[in-house]
Amino acid sequence: MKVPQSLIPLINPFSKDNPVIVQILGICSALAVTAKLEPAVVMTISVTAVLAFANVIISAMRKTIPTAIRIIVQLVVVAALVVIVDQVLKAYAYDVSVQLSVFIGLIITNCIIMGRLEAFALNNSPWPAFLDGIGNGLGYGWILIVVAFFRELLGSGTLWGYQIIPQWLYEHGYQNNGMMILPPMALITVACIIWVHRSRNKDI
Amino acid sequence: MINRQSNIYTVIYAALLVIVVGVTLSLVYQALRPSQVENMANDTRRQILAAARIYPTADKPVNVLYDEHVRDSFIVNSSGKRINDDTNPFDVNIGEQVKHPESERLLPVFVCSTENGTKYILPVYGAGLWGPIWGYVAFDDNGDTIYGAYFAHQGETPGLGAEIEKREFSSQFDGKNVFNAQGDFTSVLVVKAGREPKDGTPYVNAVSGGTVTSTGVQNMLHNSLEPYTSFLKSLSHSDTETR
Repeated sequence: MKVPQSLIPLINPFSKDNPVIVQILGICSALAVTAKLEPAVVMTISVTAVLAFANVIISAMRKTIPTAIRIIVQLVVVAALVVIVDQVLKAYAYDVSVQLSVFIGLIITNCIIMGRLEAFALNNSPWPAFLDGIGNGLGYGWILIVVAFFRELLGSGTLWGYQIIPQWLYEHGYQNNGMMILPPMALITVACIIWVHRSRNKDI
Repeated sequence: MINRQSNIYTVIYAALLVIVVGVTLSLVYQALRPSQVENMANDTRRQILAAARIYPTADKPVNVLYDEHVRDSFIVNSSGKRINDDTNPFDVNIGEQVKHPESERLLPVFVCSTENGTKYILPVYGAGLWGPIWGYVAFDDNGDTIYGAYFAHQGETPGLGAEIEKREFSSQFDGKNVFNAQGDFTSVLVVKAGREPKDGTPYVNAVSGGTVTSTGVQNMLHNSLEPYTSFLKSLSHSDTETR
């Protein structure tokens, strides 16, 4: 299937240019928020929103930004957007914001965001920059969601808080794998995804 | 064409950017503040009700439930007397109060009517392994027997210390007495499963693998409930008088 040229910034980050499994960016938050499915989904939406808006704003401002304080301007824009997302979550999704706690604030330090601003938004007009933001946000997000799916299923026996592993299995001696809840298993799960991905895409 | 590299341009640009961002953030904060405060209050209400084993459902949100069940709330001092000032018991910062000497503490009490009679809910606050732990303990109107308990934590280890927030742990406290036969305050001990205190003090089983957090719960209960001794005793007295 041939992808139209204009949609490449949107499509590429899903596989060939994936920020997590190809560029190995944003790993820290992928470990922290993937113990359960719900925070992983909220994190995905938050990062996508911050990345898309930051890309558009920086792209619109790109001809005026003084090069000497380029990085600082990007940081201020990203920090402002992250604070807004944090406040909105506290107002409309309080339980999730308690679960995500500091990790929303740490979106500021997510390498994907500064990376896209530097590499893409500064050289492209707002519309491609917007597509690039959405694409990278979701490309980051699907990895998070896949990792969270396995960690919640095997670690807690639930998905989105609903019991999936039936009670009779527990009665026959099945135990949730407590190790899945802890951060190291997120790394191992990400590594498995990278393994599958590389063996299917030999050219990477 | 303005010179984008000049110092003056850079300084003015930075100043304008900061002003714009600052104004935007304060507007967002102002707009969202009321619903954030409401969310936090509802979270506290949910925890208070959980101690009395009342849980919100889809058709009964927590604020409706709270108004329905919590009939009265007040503050007492360590001699069990009510303090009449304007402080709302709901707004008392328990984490701040436990730092004061017992005689100076503000001790909030929430009176909750349930299908099993009137319960007195007292807040507790202490330290776990990684951060603060807190909770609410509901007492029967004899001022001695625990009706229910709710514990929460900020960042205890998942699967180990964090288990204190589960009902499997907190339900062990139901029906335990905090005074012994001589009327001395003994609190409830949290001991390793399979052991028991020699002097017959009521105890519950600790979370296995969560020793520090479990000990934290034991200390929290003792430290936070002891100042209520006079108040709890006054409950049982007024009870016998009316009989």
